[in-house]
Amino acid sequence: MLSVNGIYKVFNPGTVNQKIALRNVSIEMEEGDFVTLIGGNGAGKSTLLNCVAGVYGVDRGTINIAGTDATKLPEHKRATMLGRVFQDPMMGTASDMILEENLALALRRGQPRGFKWGITSKERETYRQMLSHLDLGLENRLHTKVGLLSGGQRQAVTLLMATIKKPKLLLLDEHTAALDPKTAERVLALTDKLISENNLTTMMVTHNMRDAIKHGNRLIMMHDGRIILDIRGEEKKKLTVESLLKRFGSASGEEFTYDRALLS
Amino acid sequence: MLDIIKGAVSLGLLWSVMTIGVYITYRVLDIADLTVEGSIAMGAAIAAQAITNGINPYIATGISLLGGMAAGLVTGLLHTKLKIPALLSGILTMIALYSINLRILGKASLSLLRMETVYTPFERLGLDSSWAIIALGLISVIIVICFLYWFFGTEIGCAIRATGNNPNMVRAQGINTNTMIIIGLVISNGLVALSGALISQNQTFADVQMGTGSIVIGLASVIIGEVLFGKRNFFLRLVSLAMGAITYRIIIALVLKMGMHSNDLKLFTAITVAVALALPIIKAYINPPKIAIEEGE
Repeated sequence: MLSVNGIYKVFNPGTVNQKIALRNVSIEMEEGDFVTLIGGNGAGKSTLLNCVAGVYGVDRGTINIAGTDATKLPEHKRATMLGRVFQDPMMGTASDMILEENLALALRRGQPRGFKWGITSKERETYRQMLSHLDLGLENRLHTKVGLLSGGQRQAVTLLMATIKKPKLLLLDEHTAALDPKTAERVLALTDKLISENNLTTMMVTHNMRDAIKHGNRLIMMHDGRIILDIRGEEKKKLTVESLLKRFGSASGEEFTYDRALLS
Repeated sequence: MLDIIKGAVSLGLLWSVMTIGVYITYRVLDIADLTVEGSIAMGAAIAAQAITNGINPYIATGISLLGGMAAGLVTGLLHTKLKIPALLSGILTMIALYSINLRILGKASLSLLRMETVYTPFERLGLDSSWAIIALGLISVIIVICFLYWFFGTEIGCAIRATGNNPNMVRAQGINTNTMIIIGLVISNGLVALSGALISQNQTFADVQMGTGSIVIGLASVIIGEVLFGKRNFFLRLVSLAMGAITYRIIIALVLKMGMHSNDLKLFTAITVAVALALPIIKAYINPPKIAIEEGE
């Protein structure tokens, strides 16, 4: 479903601030894979996600999404195959537009936009049903500006928008990092539910080791722009935070010193 | 006095079309587009030259609309394809249009005295000249408002509104934000040029200088409309823009009547807009929001 082949990403090339964010990264994802991507600050996990999404072009290597060579495709063209949720709850929705307008924009992902009405009354019923499944009372707030919703509600809406049109690949970029622990847990539960209901192929970036272990069928750890661990199947199920830390140490030759990941 | 109000209303209606154009870039796209200073004069120049050459005034006005759209397209391409900041792209097109408008006019100004204009058929119906302007102005504003209300409700229109709001999200939904920005600029400048064409036929001349300061007049009208007439739903918002443009003209007519020199008008307008834009800051300074903090919090 996703095939990343030897990609490199260099920021500020040729200057004193040159930073090699990705060094020869390759990943093969099968249909239905749910990968959790973990690593410290500057490990390259968000850069990798953004390279797949087309926010950045890559300097070497290729990216293939669902059989399409996406290496040179601009962001909005790749978006027809992708569902995305961002770390910042503000990023995934248009805050000055009402809830149903946001959902309507998402429902038309991958279709050419024309002069038909932006929302039809038939859709409204669908939206109301889908929102009632979120259990946040949003089904009666279709005409509320999204800017008035809480961070957790906005992330739930963004998740719904990312999956309302089944994507080939769902990209979650630390989408619970800006939420309080309780809300984060609810949004993660919703994430799991939507992924299993729709059998979505997913890549989820997180800095939380426990979440990375608990969710998904495969865990990839990055360090200094490289993939250093790729754990799947039965092995992944048996992982604990301690064993993961130990394996990080032997794979990277360093101690894992990322407080945020350890403390949470 | 009644005549002054009547004159202000008629002029306000013609400027409403321009105000709505400014609103599309300034509020919907969140871009301060200075192209309008050039495209309003361009609309006037095209209409005047075409009418002088015997073209039907309605067709001439239509050509003005197309000319303005072309100007918007140029700014859009400079901004999206060449990545020049929006403000600078607008300034570049505006400056370029100054020369182009001189080429169109052939000289600094062109008179339309005693020529057939878009208002002539209304005058033939027995309306006096200001009623003729009000009639046509009203028709134009209603058509523009209805068109935009429909357009911004369509899929493309929704995508344009979202682009001004959160371009990242819009790209993530598979929409080319560059195309949306270009469409917005094209429509906006088309309307501004249309307004210029109507204004020049009203004042019976086109002048290469007539765009100077028009962006500030447009912004003043947008802000007056929003402050005085609210911004409930989109349709009322469009109506409030027209009301804002008319109110601005009435205010100007009144201060002139009260003895202000017409040379000071632009200074007056600029100060008005600066104060209006600073209003939230001034309000917060004079009357700081009270935060209630209880013991133990």
